[in-house]
Formats: sequence, C-alpha cells, structure tokens
Amino acid sequence: MEKKTPLYDTHVDLKATMVPFAGYLMPVQYPQGILFEHRSVREKAGLFDVSHMGELFLSGKDALRNLNALVSNDFTDLAIGKIRYGVLVRKDGTAVDDLLVYRLSEEDYWIVVNASNTDKDFEYFTNHLFGGAVIHNESDEWGQLALQGPHSEKILRKLTDQIPEAYYSFLPEVELNGMITLISRTGYTGEDGFEIYCKAEDTVRLWNLLLKVGEDDGLVPCGLGARDTLRLEAAMPLYGHELNDQTTPLEAGLKMFTKLDKKEFIAQEALSAPVLKRRIGLTLIDRGIAREHCPILFNGEVVGEVSSGTMSPTLGQAIAMGYIRADLFSETEFVIDVRGRLLKAQRTKMPFYKK
Amino acid sequence: MKRMYAHTHEWAGLEEGKDVVVGISDYAQIALGDIVFVNLPTIGDPVTQGESFGDVESVKAVSDLISPVSGKVSAINDALLSAPELLNSDPLNTWVIKVEGSVDESLLMDEATYLALDKDH
Repeated sequence: MEKKTPLYDTHVDLKATMVPFAGYLMPVQYPQGILFEHRSVREKAGLFDVSHMGELFLSGKDALRNLNALVSNDFTDLAIGKIRYGVLVRKDGTAVDDLLVYRLSEEDYWIVVNASNTDKDFEYFTNHLFGGAVIHNESDEWGQLALQGPHSEKILRKLTDQIPEAYYSFLPEVELNGMITLISRTGYTGEDGFEIYCKAEDTVRLWNLLLKVGEDDGLVPCGLGARDTLRLEAAMPLYGHELNDQTTPLEAGLKMFTKLDKKEFIAQEALSAPVLKRRIGLTLIDRGIAREHCPILFNGEVVGEVSSGTMSPTLGQAIAMGYIRADLFSETEFVIDVRGRLLKAQRTKMPFYKK
Repeated sequence: MKRMYAHTHEWAGLEEGKDVVVGISDYAQIALGDIVFVNLPTIGDPVTQGESFGDVESVKAVSDLISPVSGKVSAINDALLSAPELLNSDPLNTWVIKVEGSVDESLLMDEATYLALDKDH
C-alpha cells in the first residue's frame, strides 16, 4: 500500500494523474500536461510536491568524520548554512544513494535523500556510524516543496525578505505567513529555484499560499513527469537510473563530487581502481526516442545501455543518458536499438540544457 | 464516413468504395498525454487487424498502434512526423494511415458503444 504525502487530496482536487512512485502516490502531471509544465519551469515558475523525499538528521562530535568516511564528497570545509552534494557509498564504491548534506551547526547535519532509499540509507548509516555520532530519520515530520524557474525569487520575495542568496546555501528558520520553514537555493531542474521544507502539517497551507502569490508570475503546479524531463535536460542523475547499487560515482561521471584524498574514506581503494563503464549523453540523429534499457551499440556490438531517455521539450530533440564500456568513452557516434530499430546517436556533452 | 472503434482505442473510418482511414480516439490521446513522436509504416506495408502497425510516444511512454483493418498501407499522414501534437489537438480529424483492405466489423464497436465503454476498467 502506497503512502500519501500531506498534499494527496490537493493533487486529486487539481485533477492530477496520480501514480505510485517510490512507495508514495504522487502526481505525474496536472491536466495541462507535462510539456506545459516543463515550459512553465523554463520560462516562468513551477511548484512541485517533493514531500516524499527523506530527511535524516546526523549529529555528534564525530558527525563530520562519519560523513567524510561514508559519502563521496569532502565536507571538511562545508560552512554552516551551506549545502554539498555527494554519493553515499559502500566499501566497493557502489552507490547506496545520492544526497544533499546541509550543515546546520558545528556538529549537526541535515541529509536529504531519495524517497525510495530513505530506509536503506538510514539503516546503512546506522550500521556504519562510529564514534560520537547519531542519526535520526525525520522524514515523516517534514513536507517539502520545490519552487523552480526564473520567476522563483520574485515569487518568494512576496512572502519574505530572507532569501538565500548563493546557490547551494540555505536559511534555517524563515517565517512564511506564520509558518517556520527552511529554505535552500537548490533544485532538480537546471533552473534557479528553491526547495522549501516545512512541518508536515503546514504543507497544504504552504502549497496553496505559494500558488496564490505566484499566480500573476505564471506559477503552476508541476508533477513528476516534468520533473523527469527537466532533470534529464540538466543531465542530473536519478537514483534507480543513472545510479544504482552496481554503479560507482566515478562511473557516473561525478568526479567533481568524489574526493579520494581525504582520511578514513570507506571506498578510497575501490574508487582508485580504473572504471569499467562510463556515463555519457547522447542525442538521437535518426527519428525516435531511446528509453531506459535500450541497448547501445558500437560497430555492431552491444557496449552498453540507456539509463534514461526522452524527447527534450526545450531542445525538440530526443536525448538520452546511458552507460558504455569505459574504453569507448572518447567515441562520438553510437547506435541505439529502439525496439528493433537501429537509430544513430551522437555523443553530446552534458548537460544538454544550461540556463 | 462511419467511424468504428477497437478496444485498443484506434478508430477506423469506413466509406463505401474508399480506403479505410485509421486514427486514435480522444480517450487514447488523453490517456497518452502530450504526444511527441509517431512511428509510421511505409506505403505498401501489409497490416493485419489486431496487430501493431507503428507506435506513438508521449513524454511518458510508448504505445503500440493496433490496426483496426487488414490490407496494405496506401497513405501515411506525413504531417504527424513534424507535428505529432495534432493527435492531441484533434484526434478524430487527424488520420494516421489509410489502408486498402477489409475490416472485420464484428471485432469493432460503433461510436455510441465505444463512448459508453467504461475504459478505466
């Protein structure tokens, strides 16, 4: 049985198409459709219910040591009020999840994780924590809304002057019409925007408030469908697709977020070995859309598989991400088997879209 | 033109002495969502009633197009290659292919029966 976010009834009232996702019933789209929602976020603003995301609270004098030991990035110089992306890894380097780490205070961190992995991550942290560090799963206490698109700041300013200025920074206690929220300048769309965390019981009121004040600036509710096409254009990995239990952050091309020169890192040895596969971006030259699991061929031989693919609404071209054998990483032309049709695809630098 | 519907949500336009016109229903375009790609057969290809002759893709997913007629493709709607969204905006007046052949009407429904069908179950 799927869980519901506090906004379930609101989505149904808005006539959203509801689908099971990561253990929750979530809106995939509202009546105006994915393309409309996608364009709204690129040109104006969109509001997403992402309350299904998990929130873990890590604290203690050894919290930082534990983060550096278990997560690919180096959090040593992460300042209070700042956020850093990383991949939670096993000793063999494979990804347990990808996540955002917020530094709340000297010894307190807030970790935002994928809904489908919340329990797995919590258990993994619990089993591996050492020294003075404890972790709590606060996921059920929080609602989360993503306000994304070029008009986001203007909309938020109608409610508060407390705006996190820098990308990947946050303000921990911002009052929005009597509700206490945490606001971070982050997102999953490739646009400017904010993720706003509130008490679970305030989620519906905050959603309605934002939609009302944002109406004049074109703010519309957006579902998981547009969230996927937007993140794909921005080439952001999605756990279960570009990352999974068999993939390392280096194979996924997340070298920028993987620091091997830090102490006590669990996957240091494994991630120092050469990679066997690499994530690449592809644009289809022949007509068609490559989807997840379509085989990627080179010289007639299967050398990999598509992890995500769609018709890019912004570019008007079919784009895909996938994994290929590492020794072919410098090649520029591949063929994708789309249900028996062999379509030419051109290697494309990621992200596909940049604002 | 008389329009008959398949359970798979395609329609066949029937007119005495003319090729059968094939399209998708309004329910189909709503269920699919924004259609962004149509994969069509080529003129002369054989099609069989109840079997796939191409596919339509929305942002979300791909769906087979099932032929409501058996015969040979006599025309394809080229406009759909560059403007697949026509299937969303006007599905009943946007044909996909034309087929020279025959229809087993016992396998199809008339418009009133199709519209009254409880399609979500």
